[in-house]
Amino acid sequence: MTIARERVTEERRLERVTIRFAGDSGDGMQLTGSQFTRTAAVFGNDISTYPDFPAEIRAPAGSLPGVSGFQLSFSSTHIHTPGDEPDVLVAMNPAALKANLADLPVGGALVVNEDAFTASNLNKVGYAANPLADGSLSAYNVFRIPVSTLNARALEGLELTNKQVDLTKNFFALGLMFWLYERSMEPTIRWIDEKFSKRPVIAEGNKRALRAGYNFGETTEIFHERYIVPPARLAPGRYRNITGNEATALGFVAASQLADRPLFYSSYPITPASDILHQLAGYKNFGVKTFQAEDEIAAIGAAIGASYGGALGITGTSGPGVALKSEALGLAVMVELPLVLIDVQRGGPSTGLPTKTEQGDLLQVLFGRNSDSPLPVVAPATPAESFDMAIEAWRIALKYMTPVAFLSDAFLANGAEPWAIPDPASLGSIAVPNRTEKAGFFPYLRDPETLARPWAVPGTPGLEHRIGGLEKAEILGNVSYDPENHHRMTVLRDAKIAGIAKDIPPLDVYGADRGDLLILGWGSTFGAIRSAVERLRGRGLAVSHAHLRHLNPFPANTEEVVRAFRRVLIPELNLGHLSMLIRARYLVDAIGYNRVRGKPFRIVEIEAEAERLLAALREPVA
Amino acid sequence: MTDVTTALPVLTRKDFVSDQEVRWCPGCGDYSILAQTQKVMPDFGYPKESIVFISGIGCSGRLPYYMNTYGFHSIHGRAPAIATGLKAARPDLMVWVITGDGDALSIGGNHLIHSLRRNVDLRIIMFNNRIYGLTKGQASPTSEFGKVTKSSPYGTVDYPISPLAIALAAEASFIARSVDTHTEHLQSTLEQAGRHRGSAFVEVLQNCNIFNDGAHREFTDREVRDDRMLILEHGKPMLFGKDRNKGLRLHGHQPEIVTIGENGISEVDILVHDETDPLISFMLAHIYWPEFPVPVGVVRRISRATHDELITNQIDQAIASRGKGDLAKLLAAGETWTVTDDGT
Ligand SMILES: Cc1ncc(C[n+]2csc(CCOP(=O)(O)OP(=O)(O)O)c2C)c(N)n1
Ligand code: SF4
Ligand SMILES: [Mg+2]
Repeated sequence: MTIARERVTEERRLERVTIRFAGDSGDGMQLTGSQFTRTAAVFGNDISTYPDFPAEIRAPAGSLPGVSGFQLSFSSTHIHTPGDEPDVLVAMNPAALKANLADLPVGGALVVNEDAFTASNLNKVGYAANPLADGSLSAYNVFRIPVSTLNARALEGLELTNKQVDLTKNFFALGLMFWLYERSMEPTIRWIDEKFSKRPVIAEGNKRALRAGYNFGETTEIFHERYIVPPARLAPGRYRNITGNEATALGFVAASQLADRPLFYSSYPITPASDILHQLAGYKNFGVKTFQAEDEIAAIGAAIGASYGGALGITGTSGPGVALKSEALGLAVMVELPLVLIDVQRGGPSTGLPTKTEQGDLLQVLFGRNSDSPLPVVAPATPAESFDMAIEAWRIALKYMTPVAFLSDAFLANGAEPWAIPDPASLGSIAVPNRTEKAGFFPYLRDPETLARPWAVPGTPGLEHRIGGLEKAEILGNVSYDPENHHRMTVLRDAKIAGIAKDIPPLDVYGADRGDLLILGWGSTFGAIRSAVERLRGRGLAVSHAHLRHLNPFPANTEEVVRAFRRVLIPELNLGHLSMLIRARYLVDAIGYNRVRGKPFRIVEIEAEAERLLAALREPVA
Repeated sequence: MTDVTTALPVLTRKDFVSDQEVRWCPGCGDYSILAQTQKVMPDFGYPKESIVFISGIGCSGRLPYYMNTYGFHSIHGRAPAIATGLKAARPDLMVWVITGDGDALSIGGNHLIHSLRRNVDLRIIMFNNRIYGLTKGQASPTSEFGKVTKSSPYGTVDYPISPLAIALAAEASFIARSVDTHTEHLQSTLEQAGRHRGSAFVEVLQNCNIFNDGAHREFTDREVRDDRMLILEHGKPMLFGKDRNKGLRLHGHQPEIVTIGENGISEVDILVHDETDPLISFMLAHIYWPEFPVPVGVVRRISRATHDELITNQIDQAIASRGKGDLAKLLAAGETWTVTDDGT
């Protein structure tokens, strides 16, 4: 018996919401998360995302290793991270619940597909009793929804198999979240229509699932409140949502235009770098040439060949691929040709954690070659910044005739944020000329300012010359085994890279430029560090943040910056690469905070570590 | 005003000799290969600056230093990869790869196979001395089974591989063999490789007089070569021998040596060479001394689109159908939204 009643739903404004969708790898959680992200971004929220998926394409259904998650934070204020913990956890099955519950704070909302809590699914992940029934979830705000059943009912009458119907249930969950956060279904409906334009029944099924979820929120009363997260006050401009890998690919296309040279990208598929190859392969009308090589050695070899021919040779990979490219990188250092190596870092060593993030390759790209073999290293701090750093990598490579390493990571690569789309006309030229002048040409005669050697590409009359991996006589470039020459050339190669410090922006300090504690970071830890420092400063603590985008050479003022603080804390997703470098270079007692869990830092842990160091400072010396 | 002439200057062998002192051991077979290479260079109509020699590591790898063209002495085994990138970026260049039996078939085997299967427009010249020369005499992938070398004092336990069979398996569009000391034949073989469009693989049997002297002597020496080598010519019967009275014919699909005039054999029974026939190429890639005469010349020659042509075509087509890429449009692709000054 039902009693007709006026529906009352409260509306609450929230500054920021974090949702985590979790389910089987086959449940479409990545798609669900990215659809919500697009919708929130287009609505005008600031967003930050953290896709987290297993390396297995389809681990056994319902198992813990098969759980795939997508966390996103959307906000009416500027945010730097996808959130430490979700406000809402959507768990499509018991495995997803088990794998993610620990991250849900007490009082958090838990939306579960109760249909999936069958004896067999519970058994698969070792639940002795059904957590939905045994009271173990009483600390949370639990919404049990028979998603599968309701969804199947909504799709009745369509010519779809049971399996196909079941595959749409993620859209039911998405629709429900759209209702809860007052979001339009339109962008997703458009996406469905486009994606399944050739399979109208599938499109219809997905749309029905989406609407059924939305309507379920609207017509039932399990939610008493809806939430509004107003648009963020971002700087004026035109925005799009962008992941790190997308921004990287676009940055290199832009670099090619700014350098007025064709882009040649060669790569051997490897997670999490492959998407860059996929994306660039579609840009043929930009003259972009992509080459899927037979292995990573061939990939860098071909990129070196292309650069030798005057193109922008780029090779992209992850840690294991960098290991294979080491010898050829050394060759690029020796022949002093411009080249960019993209390393989208993942957990290691060896095959490690293919889909998980880590900052474990800094020392590898710096030192993973025989002999003194210096090369510049740049690292974007956020997904969108990958665009700027891609151009910066080429600016340096061209001006100094050197291979440059570009360090991204799985979190940056897959994470997304709004990006203020730049006007190409506002981006400065990075073009350098080829050497064509015959008079006074020597292959290793250096520019007095940059120490770069001339780029004389094959096809240039009168400049025929030979280069190679054997040591070269200074200026002349002939093979030389002369001991003093080798010493001079080694020192010159080193000085050329060190000299780039004069040509990069100084290290910027957020907060006061002296104080008790500096938190120094690099790469994708930016968001967590910045958020922690904002909070600490909000409490009046003398904490500042500096973030290195150039890791070799360091900006010229780095020593000055780190010496202006009583303590320097360096959080890294490795066992202390940057802290080793800072300690070695400046004899500063930097303290590492190091975790390698395959996940980004949470804000609170950096905050806690900072507080611990500050407290120790206040303790009287015994 | 000076006269403007459009004709390319006529180049000679000397134009391709660099100022670097040649540093191979006296008597090494590499000298002859270098000389023949320099000799054929003027024949292709490319100006010096448009020719590039890329090598790996080994004694053979030094050759680019001696060519007055562009040159890149790279790292061990990787020259085909570097050349692939160069040719893809610069289809206008004529690119040669110089490699050794260890460089091409051991450390660089993967790159050799893949550059050949892609039909990259390269001329890959492999100096086969059946030994590691530069590292002073270890066994190579073409060393005879059981060969005693510095690294195999009790004889190798590794079976050798046939370079031509590898090239054939990788579907190179031009496969040939020649000999360092047979200068005319070598010159003509290099010339044909140079004129081929696509992946040309040439095995040059080369003597290393220091670490593997006489590597091929048993069938290449002047006194015996006519009887022990088979000079291939497209469309001609496979005849050999001082008196050109011996030939190959197929018995089922097994090759056999027959003598004209014996057992009723006449020239019509002899197998005719066809550079486009995969079965003939297969057979020729697998026969060797002492069971058979060693085939030299062009084993296979077919025509198919090259790697750089295919890449360029895709780009041309993309531009024709979608227009030249517009960066501003690309950056603003997909869903976008605008934030105005009032923060909405
Ligand atoms: C990575 C690497 N491994 C090993 C070597 C040492 N090495 C140089 S040449 C060579 C063998 C060359 O043999 P081959 O290709 O037959 O050339 P050859 O000297 O006989 O002409 C070796 C092992 C090297 N230079 N680089
Ligand atoms: S070691 Fe052998 S292959 Fe090398 S230069 Fe000397 S003779 Fe020639
Ligand atoms: Mg050899």
